[in-house]
Amino acid sequence: MTTAAGLRVERWTRNSVIRSSLIGLAVLGLFAAPTVFEPAITQKLTGLWILVLMAAMWNALAGYGGLVSVGQQAFIGIGAYSTIYLTHAGVEGYTAMALAVGITAILAFLTSFVVLRLRGGEFAIAMWVVAEVFRQFVSFDSSVGGGTGISLTALGVYGPDYGRAFTYWWALTAATAALLILFFLLRSRFGAALQAIRDDESAAASLGVRVRSSKRIVFVLTSTGCGAAGAAILANTLFVQPNSIFSVQWTAMMIFMVLVGGLGTFEGPILGALILFLLQNQFGNGGVWYFIGLGASAVLFALFMPRGIWGTITERFDLRLTPIGYWVRGPAPPTARDPGLAQSDEGPPTDPPSEVAQ
Amino acid sequence: MIWVNAVMAGILLGGLYALFACGLSLMYGVMGIINLAHGDLAVLGAYLVFVISSSLGVSPFLALPVAVVLMGGLGYLMQRALLERSLRAGPLVPLLTTFGLAIVIQNGLLQLFTSDSRSLDAGALTVASLHVNDQLTIPLLGVVIFLVALGLLGGLQLFLNRTAIGRAMRATAQDPDTAELIGINAKHMYGLATAIAVGTVTIAGTFFGMRSSFAPLSGPSQLIFAFEAVVIGGIGSLWGTLVGGIVLGVAQTIGAQINPQSSILCGNLVFLAVLIIRNGRVFVSRAVSS
Amino acid sequence: MSLLEIETLEVRHGALTAVRGVSLSVDEGSVLALVGANGAGKTTLLRAVAGAHRPQSGRVRFDGADVTGLPAHRRVKLGIALVPEGRRLFPGLTVEENLQAAAGKGRSGPWTVAAVLEAFPILQPLVRRRASSLSGGEQQATAIGRALMANPRLLLLDEVSLGLAPQAVDAMYRSLDALMASGNSTVILVEQDLRRAMAVSGRIACMLEGRLILEGASNALSRDEITNAYFGLRRAPEVAS
Repeated sequence: MTTAAGLRVERWTRNSVIRSSLIGLAVLGLFAAPTVFEPAITQKLTGLWILVLMAAMWNALAGYGGLVSVGQQAFIGIGAYSTIYLTHAGVEGYTAMALAVGITAILAFLTSFVVLRLRGGEFAIAMWVVAEVFRQFVSFDSSVGGGTGISLTALGVYGPDYGRAFTYWWALTAATAALLILFFLLRSRFGAALQAIRDDESAAASLGVRVRSSKRIVFVLTSTGCGAAGAAILANTLFVQPNSIFSVQWTAMMIFMVLVGGLGTFEGPILGALILFLLQNQFGNGGVWYFIGLGASAVLFALFMPRGIWGTITERFDLRLTPIGYWVRGPAPPTARDPGLAQSDEGPPTDPPSEVAQ
Repeated sequence: MIWVNAVMAGILLGGLYALFACGLSLMYGVMGIINLAHGDLAVLGAYLVFVISSSLGVSPFLALPVAVVLMGGLGYLMQRALLERSLRAGPLVPLLTTFGLAIVIQNGLLQLFTSDSRSLDAGALTVASLHVNDQLTIPLLGVVIFLVALGLLGGLQLFLNRTAIGRAMRATAQDPDTAELIGINAKHMYGLATAIAVGTVTIAGTFFGMRSSFAPLSGPSQLIFAFEAVVIGGIGSLWGTLVGGIVLGVAQTIGAQINPQSSILCGNLVFLAVLIIRNGRVFVSRAVSS
Repeated sequence: MSLLEIETLEVRHGALTAVRGVSLSVDEGSVLALVGANGAGKTTLLRAVAGAHRPQSGRVRFDGADVTGLPAHRRVKLGIALVPEGRRLFPGLTVEENLQAAAGKGRSGPWTVAAVLEAFPILQPLVRRRASSLSGGEQQATAIGRALMANPRLLLLDEVSLGLAPQAVDAMYRSLDALMASGNSTVILVEQDLRRAMAVSGRIACMLEGRLILEGASNALSRDEITNAYFGLRRAPEVAS
């Protein structure tokens, strides 16, 4: 694409095409993991894809939708418990997981009408209340074990080894699909609209961006992704309990991954998930110091490195793995993108003094 | 008569929720921060009272003023050291910062005090009650908490309306840049508002610990109750918060009457119903601004 | 001696440089009118003097002391008060509260709430009214009164007549004239009305695109000189920077 000043706006540069192809090949390679590794490692790697999925979803919601939620565990829990309900109704295990994702989508859509009119912190806590309400409803239902929890038995028919492999493929497929959907969505006009909303909601509205419906799409989509993560968590551990699956600590993990990786970048959350995965394997999942570390690093990154590790690296080296953004190339240097230009006093120097105007 | 008892208990419980809520409301009103660590600061305050009273062998009521001052100081430092910076970084960052802080406080308390629940000994007040008739008794501690809530909300209102610092705080809430230009140290005002918020929530946490038991992870549900009280109370003065607290408290005690397990669920449902009815016009009262 | 000395001040908003290397000194007891087109940097210069903007480089000295690094509220204490563009009253506070909020923050001196109400009689019946319910002129009087509560040695007035009815402007300047004629206060005012700016000020400074391009005694400069400088048509011989 060439514009007036001899600038070319590029997206699929030769490099980015090569890189994208390599990433595609790498993902294909990842699908082979269960045939190479023993089941215990497959199970751990399944956990990694779940983290990637959750991080990408929370990032899309906050980093692109401008919606900070501390209640996305609502949909993780819904994904898991819907799977339980469906298998109780006789649905095959992996099919039940897929259908559970659909149920999450419907419930997220309904929830959006309650919470999406709220802004900022109000939305954040209201979502927490929503998560609590779902947790309480599930806790009351003795058919799914009430507060003590329940095992997922439907996957037992595949035996432990095949079960682990199938669950791995299911989780990797869900994570890849979610990332692909996000990738193409963010590159579309819709992605631009979202970023406009995030930067200035009323300005975006005045430009004709449909703010509410755009937010709803992001909310439902990312919540549905969390539902897929919840179903996969269940399949990976084969046991679910309301207090742990609806726990706010999932949000703590998501916030950690996104902030450390880079809020509002495509690759950052994946990096964040990888970091959290390594930390979990190094220091063990759970534990007091582990969570103190998560919380403290979230605070430190939010305050001192708000673009996260990936955002800081790309800023410094002008580097990107995936062609989400644009490169403007040409004779002129890149134009400044500083939003601080708008100042009340400093309009264009055109107005004459009143004395002269008369 | 069971229902009268339930409503009575709910009203008194509402006083406690209003105590929790007024600091949340103040910080939101002055700085636009919803402090996600609010409930955890209450629990931290309760543990501080616990430590002071058990190590010195004094009543929690005597330990409370000391704890309020210490926690207020901590709140001031928290504002100046962390939240001030987060406010400059955009609207989402204070949320993320206070959420991270909440996780740190919860797990720090777990490390120090284990997950065992504790309670604060209010002495004779714990069991004393006003005997209205054979079916209706009113727990005295509940009445004390309610009266403290009334006093604190009234005091806060007077402070904001009638004192020089209160006026400066309202001015800062409305326009921090201009407040600076007329000689008000806006950052100091933010620090004071946070100090007051953390001080009042220490009182709330202490009464919570006297009324029932508390544990390191009790904070989030108290934050949720406080937030629900503020939203249900809606736009207006701090007194709206008391009304919101009472509505929430009554919803919970009536819910408990229906089924002991459904108490909190019932409160949450009332909150969501309010959200739906108000159709988005629920912006938490920035009580201080008006 | 000069009360305010600005030395090669440079102020940026993000990528935009609003004030470029401005040097200026203002004598105690004098009135300086700052003129220039919209976007010339007048407001930014005033706000930098008041402490609302931090300069990239340069110095601001007040009464001989370097105040460049002081936050705005500390400068109020020393006696610098700004009436901001657009008045910027606290909308939810009453007129009285707007004045009281500024009490005791600046220097001690004759200005109290009562003294302000005496100087601006139109405010007397309005003390309990919320600032948001006032007319433009009433708001402007409150804003000036609020700045006077600091008993300033240096009063900065930013477009105080903007958006007011002509009678309101006249009334306001009558009140200000008395203040400025007393010689106790040093005033810098930004005024779009050139005729009025020349009438009330002892000196005039004209800014263009962030630079100070003309400065001189108001009675020594012709209106044409100022107008030309205003539009940047011709660089006057007294170029200051």
